Amino acid sequence: MGLKIVVTVKQVPDTHNLSRDAMKPDGTVNRNALPAIFNPEDLNALEEALKIKETLGATVTAISMGPPKAKDVLKECLYRGADDGILISDRQFAGADTLATSYALKCAVEKIGGFDLILCGRQAIDGDTAQVGPQIAEKLNLNQLTCVSEIIEINDQTVIAKRIVEGGYEIVKSRLPVLITILAGANEPRSPSAKRVMAFKNIDSKVCETSYDEVYVEPDSCDMIGFIKEWNARTIDADPSICGLSGSPTKVKKIEGVVLTTGVAKKVENTQAGIADLVHELIEEHIIG
Amino acid sequence: MTTAGNTASYQNYFTKEHDMLRQAMREFVKKEIIPYVDDWEEAGETPMDLYRKAGELGFLGINYPVEYGGVEGDVFDGIVVSEELCRSGSIGIAASLSIHGVALPPIVAHGTHEQKEKFVRPVIKGKRKAALAVTEPDGGSDVAALKTTAVRDGDHYVVNGSKTFITSGIKAGQFTVAVRTGGEGAHGISLLIVESDSPGFSVSNKLKKMGWWASDTAELFFDNCIVPVENLIGEENKGFYYQMENFQHERLGMAGQTNMISEICLDECLRYVKERKAFGKTLSGFQVTRHKLAEMATLLEASREFTYRIAAKINAGENQVKEISMAKNFACMVSNQVTFEATQIFGGYGFMRGYVVERLYRDNRVMSIGGGTSEIMNEIISRIILNERKVRGV
Repeated sequence: MGLKIVVTVKQVPDTHNLSRDAMKPDGTVNRNALPAIFNPEDLNALEEALKIKETLGATVTAISMGPPKAKDVLKECLYRGADDGILISDRQFAGADTLATSYALKCAVEKIGGFDLILCGRQAIDGDTAQVGPQIAEKLNLNQLTCVSEIIEINDQTVIAKRIVEGGYEIVKSRLPVLITILAGANEPRSPSAKRVMAFKNIDSKVCETSYDEVYVEPDSCDMIGFIKEWNARTIDADPSICGLSGSPTKVKKIEGVVLTTGVAKKVENTQAGIADLVHELIEEHIIG
Repeated sequence: MTTAGNTASYQNYFTKEHDMLRQAMREFVKKEIIPYVDDWEEAGETPMDLYRKAGELGFLGINYPVEYGGVEGDVFDGIVVSEELCRSGSIGIAASLSIHGVALPPIVAHGTHEQKEKFVRPVIKGKRKAALAVTEPDGGSDVAALKTTAVRDGDHYVVNGSKTFITSGIKAGQFTVAVRTGGEGAHGISLLIVESDSPGFSVSNKLKKMGWWASDTAELFFDNCIVPVENLIGEENKGFYYQMENFQHERLGMAGQTNMISEICLDECLRYVKERKAFGKTLSGFQVTRHKLAEMATLLEASREFTYRIAAKINAGENQVKEISMAKNFACMVSNQVTFEATQIFGGYGFMRGYVVERLYRDNRVMSIGGGTSEIMNEIISRIILNERKVRGV
């Protein structure tokens, strides 16, 4: 049947198109003022999964934690080729930082079980922490390959990937199962398919308390799933004391918009000495070198 | 007034589900078409690879039978796809991805199972292009007078004659060809599917056109061309009527595309007048510009609403032959004015290649000629209203 791949996706406010009322007076993000979009690097993660599905054969399950509205990104996963979508949604998850989020996602992935590969976008554009992927891997005691720009080779046993590291890259090999976080440039995500849009446009989410295997139908065609599964804290056996706000040591005190401006302008003489002075100064200030 | 203001209801033509398809199509156009529009326009053709990609994603199969690889949808799903294709700013590209919409319907409606497997499935999958061949060098609008003949000889037809102005003529792998199998007039016409590798079939060089550059147009020649009898669509001598059945959808499609030409031109102008300065202020600072824009917007709004209204009736299964002929003509009247004024607002730039309004000014001209000329539309409309008046005793 090929590999079993889980892709984590997140619905985020579109921080690239900030409007004047993007922030509330209390310093928190005004989510109503910003359109909700598919986190860009998660699209790259999904695309990697779909590429593997095409070459090796795989089932691709997209999971997302968020409010009921977040099912929109799961629908989009289905439009683009995912086989299944699971929404992790519960009031108890509200206010989660990366630690509590990765805990809930870890519980969900455990419930899915039997996976070979977890693909995550490197980071979400709303928090830019890049922590959730690695934390899920730690909690599941999995190998992790972060900041991957290319999956060079994969079979049902191992994966060889290119990681971008400071000042260069490294080629690494890991046994499966493994968690990989994908960078934006890794691929060009495909467009949604009209066929799949028409097949899934009316799909709704449904709270299900049954075990994953009971509702899981082997994927083959567009009409294999009837709904997006909605799992709450109880479904995934999550301990409420480490979920959501109560499981989050990080509290956001305030968010500010900072506009970076140049401080001092300086004219450099177009002579050997002038340039040497500048280079010397840049090294002194630890800007280069 | 019988309804209070806040209880007034109106009809939305597009639902949230249509919007999802629109979003998908828009993404496809943005990624796969817009970066290459200028190149393809200059090259005079749209690559097969684009057609293949659109087919793989299902955009070519909306409203075709699911059992032959199509996707179920309604009239407005078709409009969504067509409108977003036009947003590329090249009607030639839009045409080259939608021309199968006039070639396949007779096969879907009257063809055999084998014909649909062979000539519908691969086309909507993006594997081969299909074109319609009706117009001849000696006659366009006068379809009933066409001269290309098909004479039955055992298990095949021998076809002789020629066709011209055939959209996708160079790239198509199959043609739905109107031929004369019987006596004179509309009663002697049949539709044959002719494959491009048939013995005795040949294609001219690309015809050079005023607009629609990214769409390849050609002349077709049939010189004792051999076509198997199993390629006859439906019954012999019924071709003219099969062809007529699809006019309504073809004209709806053209009215929609024509409205998009106006919309894109208006959008381009709204952006440009805020940037371009003359005599110390932006163009939008001049009353003459603002009023021009107001008139363009008003005409477009009326035309679009009219077209959508008729689309909704067609969607509900009503016969709208008269109304859709009116809508096509009205959309063309509007676009003729809007493209002219848009070019005027852009001034010298509007006359320069590389500007969208320049291209659309050219691409627009054929909208009043193809798919039934404005004059033919008026003939249809007048015939129907004269008859209606007679029925009502006026």
